[in-house]
Amino acid sequence: MTTFEKIQEIIVDQLDKEESEVQRSTNFREELEADSLDLFQIINDIEDEFDIKIESEEGLTTVDDLVKYVETQLEA
Amino acid sequence: MNNLAKIRILSTGRYIPKRRVLNQELTEWMDTSDDWIKKRTGIQSRYLSTGEETSDLCSKAADKIVSNGGVRVEDIGLIIVATMSPDSQSPSVASKVQAHLGAVNAVAFDLNAACSGFIYALSAAEKMLRHMSHSHALVIGGEVMSKVVDWNDRKTAVLFGDGAGGVMLERNSDTEHFISEDLKTDGTRGEALVSGLSTVSNPIFEGETANGFLTMDGREIFNFVIKSIPMSIQSVMADQKLTVDDIDQFILHQANARIIESVSKKIKCPIEKFPMNIQHYGNTSAASIPILLDELNEQNKLFTDKKQKLILSAFGGGLTWGTLLLEIN
Repeated sequence: MTTFEKIQEIIVDQLDKEESEVQRSTNFREELEADSLDLFQIINDIEDEFDIKIESEEGLTTVDDLVKYVETQLEA
Repeated sequence: MNNLAKIRILSTGRYIPKRRVLNQELTEWMDTSDDWIKKRTGIQSRYLSTGEETSDLCSKAADKIVSNGGVRVEDIGLIIVATMSPDSQSPSVASKVQAHLGAVNAVAFDLNAACSGFIYALSAAEKMLRHMSHSHALVIGGEVMSKVVDWNDRKTAVLFGDGAGGVMLERNSDTEHFISEDLKTDGTRGEALVSGLSTVSNPIFEGETANGFLTMDGREIFNFVIKSIPMSIQSVMADQKLTVDDIDQFILHQANARIIESVSKKIKCPIEKFPMNIQHYGNTSAASIPILLDELNEQNKLFTDKKQKLILSAFGGGLTWGTLLLEIN
């Protein structure tokens, strides 16, 4: 599974969405109607899944932002 | 000493101030909306004191607990009030409740573990009562949170409400309700929720005095809860070799409906097993679990013919958290 696929799975599970609705360019707030608590939960699950720490949700507007953030953390 | 004594919950009771405040009314006082509050917290209304102090709420709840249990006040050997919003540091709220009841044989003191207070108090009372000469202990969670929140901070002011609830414990020879527990504290993260800050102010101190309103780092608390509470619940169940299927009801501190939903998802247990009343009361801190227990009792969902296994779990400032496993009939 790629990083994107794992993150996609977490988002689909947290927000009760279809996989097709969660693409790299998808915007959390506008397209998925996710609020700050939804983002906290997604970030929390991602932290557990990848064993990383995401300090702030600021700047994480799209799924792609999150994937890139996680990839950078994993490379560090 | 009564080393073989058993402890059971004999009765419950609550008192809620009369004045109900809907989300809509808050919009007259601050920039918020019914939809925003409901969607993020599940809260639709809360009850606020129009002048009654924490000891008034607790004393009125105590009257009901005593009368529901048919207890002689002389038999009460212990009164613990869990609160983070006492009338005063001294006398304690528990002392005032003792005076109100005329419970002359009771040792009375307050216990502060913020929103986890009732769980801590119940755990402490259960252990003390096993070794006391009197047969009953009164455990109350009571708060006037409306006096500790900052009414200029819309992120926290909308969350809290006032109220009191509690239980009477009875030492007896045949029924044990307390099975297992897990109580935890992590003081290193205490700054995530601060309330009632009281700084040095004496003639030789030259610094500034800080205000004591409640402040909360919402994300830090949310993360703490959705990591620690599932773990705490699972450890208590594992201790007794139980799974979520063996538990009849999960009675969680009513801080936020979304947090409770998140916990139910994490431990893979249907949300139907998590009774909630946060929609009516908001977060009443240490009072939330005993208020919910009393409502369940009123609906005949607490002392049922069949033995029920209950998980009580709370979390709050400190940081503190804790889970009790009870078997009730």
